[in-house]
Amino acid sequence: METSRYLLSILVDNEPGVLSRIAGLFSGRGFNIDSLSVATTDEPDVSRITMATTCDAQIIEQIKKQLHKLINVITVNDLTEKKYVERQLALVKVHAKPEKRAEILRIVDIFRCRVVDVGHSHYTIEISGDSGKHQAFLSLLKPMGIIEIASTGAIALAREMGK
Amino acid sequence: MKLTGAQILIKMIKAQGVDTIFGYPGGATIDIHDEIVRHNDLRHILVRHEQGAVHAADAYSRAHKTTGVALVTSGPGATNTVTGIASAHADSIPMVVFCGQVPTGLIGNDAFQEVDIVGITRPCTKHNYLVKDPEKLAATIQEAFYIARSGRPGPVLVDLPKDIIQAEIDFQMPEEPKLRSYKPNYTPNKKQIAKVVEMIKDARRPVIFAGGGVILSRASEEITRLATMARIPVTTSLMGLGAFPGTDPLWLGMLGMHGTFRANMSIGHCDLIIAVGVRFDDRVTGNIAKFAPHAAIIQIDIDPTSIHKNIPVQCPIVGDCKTTLEHILFLMEKQDPKDLAVDRQPWLDQIDQWKQTTPLKYDQKADIIKPQFVVEKLWEITKGEAIITTEVGQNQMWAAQYYHFDRPNHFITSGGLGVMGFGLPAAIGAKAACPDKLVVDVAGDGSIQMNIQELMTAVENCLDVKIVILNNRYLGMVRQWQEFFYNKAYACTNMESAPDFVKLADAYGATGFRCTEPACVEDTLRKGLATPGTVIMDFVVEREESVYPMVPAGGALTEMLLV
Repeated sequence: METSRYLLSILVDNEPGVLSRIAGLFSGRGFNIDSLSVATTDEPDVSRITMATTCDAQIIEQIKKQLHKLINVITVNDLTEKKYVERQLALVKVHAKPEKRAEILRIVDIFRCRVVDVGHSHYTIEISGDSGKHQAFLSLLKPMGIIEIASTGAIALAREMGK
Repeated sequence: MKLTGAQILIKMIKAQGVDTIFGYPGGATIDIHDEIVRHNDLRHILVRHEQGAVHAADAYSRAHKTTGVALVTSGPGATNTVTGIASAHADSIPMVVFCGQVPTGLIGNDAFQEVDIVGITRPCTKHNYLVKDPEKLAATIQEAFYIARSGRPGPVLVDLPKDIIQAEIDFQMPEEPKLRSYKPNYTPNKKQIAKVVEMIKDARRPVIFAGGGVILSRASEEITRLATMARIPVTTSLMGLGAFPGTDPLWLGMLGMHGTFRANMSIGHCDLIIAVGVRFDDRVTGNIAKFAPHAAIIQIDIDPTSIHKNIPVQCPIVGDCKTTLEHILFLMEKQDPKDLAVDRQPWLDQIDQWKQTTPLKYDQKADIIKPQFVVEKLWEITKGEAIITTEVGQNQMWAAQYYHFDRPNHFITSGGLGVMGFGLPAAIGAKAACPDKLVVDVAGDGSIQMNIQELMTAVENCLDVKIVILNNRYLGMVRQWQEFFYNKAYACTNMESAPDFVKLADAYGATGFRCTEPACVEDTLRKGLATPGTVIMDFVVEREESVYPMVPAGGALTEMLLV
């Protein structure tokens, strides 16, 4: 079957061990996690997990049902079924030799990124966007010499009223 | 009212209608065990190994139709329960396991007899808890029981640090648990019910396939009514045995790897499967691509994850088996009876022909006992009324094939996980739940040795269980696979070095009989069953007898090896 990328937004009880239950479910059943992002919501006893996974349609149905079966999972929302906004944050440390600085700053400007740290021979750039924007940005920056990258998983919300 | 954690625990267990628990003490549970013996209204059965406690609680739950409880200490006590918990999880048995734990201040310090049992059992429990606040103890226990028995049932573990057990707190009976993240759906979708009735009316060659879910939701009466009303033959999984009378003309026998010829052929040729409380396990489907090639499938299950997991279905229904069948029956009763059982005769004739040409069979000669003969005689002598527990392997399959179960909750086996050593502690648990019933463990000589220490538990507590050992001095099921698929290379399956089971019974204060002649089988069974106390009947049987039919792993159900 054809595989594609799915983005799940999962509300869970904010309790110790919940993330482990979810990670264990994926590893125990041979499902794959592409990226994962967890933080509390406006309700302190609820956390939101945003998870990206690549699989076929039958597997994603099992994943959603299995997640829902976990006692601590409140809702499972498959964002790929609807319109949503997605963001991912990355910090990219790149070589910035004097002759390359102008070009790097131009790329930063075009992608509406920010330089958050400057050294004698490097920049650290903050980029926020969906994964496509990240990939495009990194491919342009690559020839400058990327030193290291720290990236969050995707976070996303549906483009609709209500939770 | 101020109570200790231990007192709260016992109060909450009793409030659930549980009168017997199975346990083994240790440093972390002394306070609880101390509290138990101060009262005489909660029976504590001291097992000889924690694995036995969990299997006994499992069987108690199934025979008593309530929630089984095991109580063990921290560390090794807790880890010894894992096999039993995983077995109950695979079979969806409601059970709560309480483990002692080191005091909260020591958790994470690698203290003596400390283990992260909540972490270890996360994948094999329905849910589990570590109680860190004594104020939450009562509510957590209540929630544990609620989760264990509601929805698709399963085992729940509660880890109890020693300081929580010793704490004194104001006790109030908690309110019924309300969990916003857990709301099992019992009621089926009405539109789907109408669709089911139409599908049944259209089917010429329908089959009902019932599983453990029917037993758990106590829906065997509804299954029987549906089958009778529309003249639909019935097969079950191993876990579903007893959901439909094993002596009814519409009974097909068990389905799957060691299912009957007619059950497997029926699935291969039917045009509709009404699957109720089953999960289409690989031992039942054989090769999935070749499973029921001509059939539309209706699947009723309370757990949405069971639907579409292994087999695509045309009419999925999420709901309690009993409630859903009641809805279906209600609508069926409004139909013209002629519409419901149209043109089924050729189908039933075909099935009857399969039954006549290829029945379950064995050839009992004069010189050596056939294991099937022992089980069939046991069925005759007990009039099919005993609770049968089994170990795992050939003994389990022969018990399933030749003890023709007529009612639910009488066949107690480790179906999903397949735990050798299950049968004896399970028999103890069943006997504790139903003291007036005859309880027989059908065992193999290999698996009975896996929890043989529980003989002492049975004898000490006057839980008179009868053990029938089908003794072939092999690990018979593995030997059978070696015979069929590994050129008869019997690697590590020869068990000729075995204890003398009659002497062993004697050593434990039980009674032992040995039988080596076919002519003595009936006498030995009658004598053994009539002897008070725990009894071992050691039947020395044909060494290389195999279980037939057999669908080789990965084969189509209709491609069976026959005798």
